[in-house]
Amino acid sequence: MKGIVKFVQGNEACVEGALYAGLDFFAGYPITPSTEIAEHLAFRLPKAGGKFIQMEDEIASMCAIVGASLTGRKVMTATSGPGFSLMQEALGYAIMTEIPCVIVNVQRGGPSTGIPTHVSQGDVNQTRWGTHGDHSIIALTASNNQDVFAMTVEAFNISETYRTPVVLLFDEVVGHMRERLVLPQKGEIPIVERLRTSVKAGVDYHPYLPREDGRLPMSDFGGVHRYNVTGLYHDMWGFPSDDPGVVHGLIRHLVDKIENRTSQLARFKDFYTEDAEFLLISYGSAARSARHIVERRHRRGEKFGLLELMTLWPFPYDLVKQKAAGARYIVVVEMNTGQICQSVRLAVDRPERVFLANRIDGVLINPTDIQRMLHVIGGKGV
Amino acid sequence: MKRTRFVFSGSGGQGVITAAIILAEAAVLYENLNAVQTQVYGAAARGGSTRSEVIISDSEIFYPKVTQPNVLVCLTQEAYNKFSRILRPGGILITDTRHVQTERVDAVQKELPMYQTVMDKIGKPIVFNICMLGAVIGLTGIVRIESVMKVLEKQISPNFIEMNRQALNLGLKLSESVQT
Repeated sequence: MKGIVKFVQGNEACVEGALYAGLDFFAGYPITPSTEIAEHLAFRLPKAGGKFIQMEDEIASMCAIVGASLTGRKVMTATSGPGFSLMQEALGYAIMTEIPCVIVNVQRGGPSTGIPTHVSQGDVNQTRWGTHGDHSIIALTASNNQDVFAMTVEAFNISETYRTPVVLLFDEVVGHMRERLVLPQKGEIPIVERLRTSVKAGVDYHPYLPREDGRLPMSDFGGVHRYNVTGLYHDMWGFPSDDPGVVHGLIRHLVDKIENRTSQLARFKDFYTEDAEFLLISYGSAARSARHIVERRHRRGEKFGLLELMTLWPFPYDLVKQKAAGARYIVVVEMNTGQICQSVRLAVDRPERVFLANRIDGVLINPTDIQRMLHVIGGKGV
Repeated sequence: MKRTRFVFSGSGGQGVITAAIILAEAAVLYENLNAVQTQVYGAAARGGSTRSEVIISDSEIFYPKVTQPNVLVCLTQEAYNKFSRILRPGGILITDTRHVQTERVDAVQKELPMYQTVMDKIGKPIVFNICMLGAVIGLTGIVRIESVMKVLEKQISPNFIEMNRQALNLGLKLSESVQT
């Protein structure tokens, strides 16, 4: 990859990725540890021809991006746990109305205001089930700047392709750490643009009438078509309906358009997993410590592998099951009380092989922590 | 494998975090090395104790934090008291003579009159951190002085470049004076 080399924080890598993907509207409310995203976009976005608005809170931020997206903008907001909680209602609205948007949650310790300046991965399950009602969600994560950039671009692309919110679930360490970022050249990573309807002005446009390929072309709201958008169950005209057939059809569509594409959406990296006796599964900043251990033990000729998940939701059950098939021990390394560990246990045969190596004290789990836990798991004591 | 871990500590406002970023950026942009910079990010602001960590390596860096530095810089007594015991045995301890009273530790101790020299020769404490960076580079040879200058030229106004260059060279000279 040739391109401009930068030395930046993960939050800036996210900004670069968003601008590369064509972001042209950001609304947000600054909160540690995501603030640098708003800070840099406040400076960069207007220069790139986009709009930056600092809102009164996170409820308004989320509502603003949903509205702006409907008018044809590529949109994003950025926050952390407390703000993400406030965004849940409008997040559900975006899911229901199928409005593309990207929400960045740079995780800090919770619940509540928790531990603002320290790292955590405690919002994994909130991302899955934070908004009410049956639904599905896409959440991506990354452990280094290059992947933060790539996953941010992916988030926009996936969001436009499937008309659904995508959550970027980073964490304080990834957000604040500075390291190399190589900016890809224009065109190096394909960008998915908004699919707009070919229906002419003056002709009825059905906002929820799928094309043959299942995709729903959009019409910029406020443009040439009049149509209705509602958080209620709705028909192809966008008007409320309580017809059981319509209700069933819509909820199935909202869930299936994501869950049926679980393998397609699974982004991951694997290191020496083929014959691993100890399979570590990790993501975000915790995966850096896991990788440290795996590289060291692999060099010594020991059978250690790492599966680094970059798509957390929809959870890649089949992938995890397949990678874990031959492992004697499966160790999930994360910084919460076992949120992904829970899903890993559901995914694999003989879940008694699954162990949790975690830290929940606001400190990045380090290779020594993992090493000690591996000794215990392997029956060697500490 | 060449891998050096640094901890820069001092009090908020002395510029230890800025110095750490400049060093790491110089390594990545102009020396084709890998570097990761992190900082302990808390309620400490001006006057509180601050700490920034840098790892520079010719191979990929995974775990980004520093638990046992090869090079520890302490610009205040408080930072020295708090962090001197984390230094890797045989590592380099760099302190400022005016601000820090040290005891014997299992390290190569370099007590340099950085603050005093900056005040005597330049008269502006703002470049104390750049002088410190010059000393760190002189003692470790981790990057070239020109690489640091390139980062500075990119980031600061041309009016201040000369003062920074002077501070960097003062640090370098101080380090040479204590080389054995």
